[in-house]
Amino acid sequence: MDFTLSREHEMLRRMYREFAETEVKPLAAEVDEEERFPEETVRKMGKLGMMGIYFPKEYGGAGADVLAYAMCVEELAKVCGTTAVVVSAHTSLCSAPIYEHGTEEQKRKYLPKLCSGEWLGAFGLTEPNAGTDASGQQTTAVLDGDHWVINGSKIFITNAAYADVFVIFAMTDRKQGTRGISAFIIERNFPGFSVGKHEKKMGIRGSSTCELIMEDCIVPKENLLGDLGFGFKIALQTLDGGRIGIAAQALGLGEGAVEETIKYTKERVQFGKRLSQFQNTQFQIADMHTRMQAAQYLTYAAACKKQACQSYSIDAAMAKLFAAEAASDVARRAVQLFGGYGYTRDYPVERMMRDAKITEIYEGTSEAQRMVIAANLQVK
Amino acid sequence: MKIIVCVKQVPDTTGKVAVNPDGTLNRASMPAIINPDDKNAVEAALQIKDQTGCKIVVVSMGPPPAESMLRELLAMGADEAVLVCGREFGGSDTFATSQILAGAINKIGLENDDLVFCGRQAIDGDTAQVGPQIAEKLNLPQISYVADIQLGKGEVICRRMLEDGYMTVRAKTPCLLTCIKELNMPRYMSVAGVMDCYCKPLCVFNYDTLKDDPLIEPDTIGLKGSPTNIFKSFTPPQKGVGTMLEGADRAACAKLADSLAEKHIV
Repeated sequence: MDFTLSREHEMLRRMYREFAETEVKPLAAEVDEEERFPEETVRKMGKLGMMGIYFPKEYGGAGADVLAYAMCVEELAKVCGTTAVVVSAHTSLCSAPIYEHGTEEQKRKYLPKLCSGEWLGAFGLTEPNAGTDASGQQTTAVLDGDHWVINGSKIFITNAAYADVFVIFAMTDRKQGTRGISAFIIERNFPGFSVGKHEKKMGIRGSSTCELIMEDCIVPKENLLGDLGFGFKIALQTLDGGRIGIAAQALGLGEGAVEETIKYTKERVQFGKRLSQFQNTQFQIADMHTRMQAAQYLTYAAACKKQACQSYSIDAAMAKLFAAEAASDVARRAVQLFGGYGYTRDYPVERMMRDAKITEIYEGTSEAQRMVIAANLQVK
Repeated sequence: MKIIVCVKQVPDTTGKVAVNPDGTLNRASMPAIINPDDKNAVEAALQIKDQTGCKIVVVSMGPPPAESMLRELLAMGADEAVLVCGREFGGSDTFATSQILAGAINKIGLENDDLVFCGRQAIDGDTAQVGPQIAEKLNLPQISYVADIQLGKGEVICRRMLEDGYMTVRAKTPCLLTCIKELNMPRYMSVAGVMDCYCKPLCVFNYDTLKDDPLIEPDTIGLKGSPTNIFKSFTPPQKGVGTMLEGADRAACAKLADSLAEKHIV
């Protein structure tokens, strides 16, 4: 077992870090405060290949691997949770299912523009009555000659207001249950498609989270993604991959909080000593770092298994579960170590604490991850 | 057309500067970075490559770890790299360094429309001598302190940025330019560039590779070929904070005149 990163991964980390420190960190507080989607950063990331890291060059990708993608999300999240989730949702939830389940024509049509960042991607599964229980889809798709007519709505859709392409799930045969769900590729300008209300959130406030509305939305027949009735399987497989992205986001948020805490406690003096000289601080930071290091091993292991085309569902679920809960705990402890200053927006740790919470909820709650893990262990 | 860019790996002096007891820089204890002005020179070459599709060869003299810097420049978009590396080259001052780099450029070969770019100066020595000396040794026209480059047919037109103004200079190619940070903002490496950079050619030129060049003699390179003697290294005293006067009216002018008079400048 070799825990050494390749020289390419080491170099990519330096590149991501330099980009994050120079281009992302200076905007992070403003993006959060003003609930502003970082459009300019997305364009820059597209030019550098960060919007299509692990897709082959023949489809416009950068030709790297899933670990390189996880490291990118991690480094972005160290300084800005919002920017990290823009990349994660775009890559894992839109480009990945098109790459893994799309026809050659679909891949050639959509992936080059998604990988270059010219188009932004999103994913629509959640509905008002179909959250963790995604099988309860109310959205319907009916074939009418050479096109599908889709009706329904989706909620809490990441990237929604800025996305050009959406992977959407709808019932094509209600009698078949989950085997009656199909996946579709929908473009923003398809007739009958619109983006609804923007959610005001606790954290990742710069990310766009909206409702999607489909009213007699006309979708060309050839935009069915994967086989008819295989949508639920595609959704679950996509979420397995998405969990690596969210684990990496949580990992970065926690690591960012540890870095900020180390810096602050070495400067802040109380009772004539630097905070870092108190044993409580040292023990807290030791625990925080250890938890994030464990989260990194789990996340990287899941990424490497996906890359190697091994079964990784349980690994991704464990990585997301552990990284998300660790990040929330670590960010909360960071705020505590900062004291009153940590509770103000003058320092980034309160933002990290708010941003970290969502990683325990979206792309499968921590409870859903435990269900996946237990099911994989055949515990019934 | 090709552009040869000379680059140097330097200790990062923006952080804590470590100094040996003899006053020289303790390079081992400081992180190594690409000399900032050299990065501007690489970016200038990459922008010309974007327009013309020319080839870029990055050249550095240094120890084997300098390869990592060259790989990063390949990841930014350079096509080939040459590491000039050998025990015989150790201890070279600017005179000997330029002698060796000139020999390396001869080995790579310069054609009529080729260009050589250098950074203005390295942050570890701040001499700004190596670029101009390479030009002299290769009998190339040179333009230093370049802040803008326009390509012409068989020539370049550059704007030099000097302390008291600008100067526009035309030179026939092949020629050597030294680049300043005002020229551009260096790009980041790209993900695909990083994935490709270890597949791009990187040659090592050692003493044996270069020894047949008339510039490379045992007494023109390394410590023996270095006429520079360092008497003392020291950190210069910090300059005081300047005073800013706001406004362009009579009162502001009077204030300025008063303060200049106070310092006996007028």
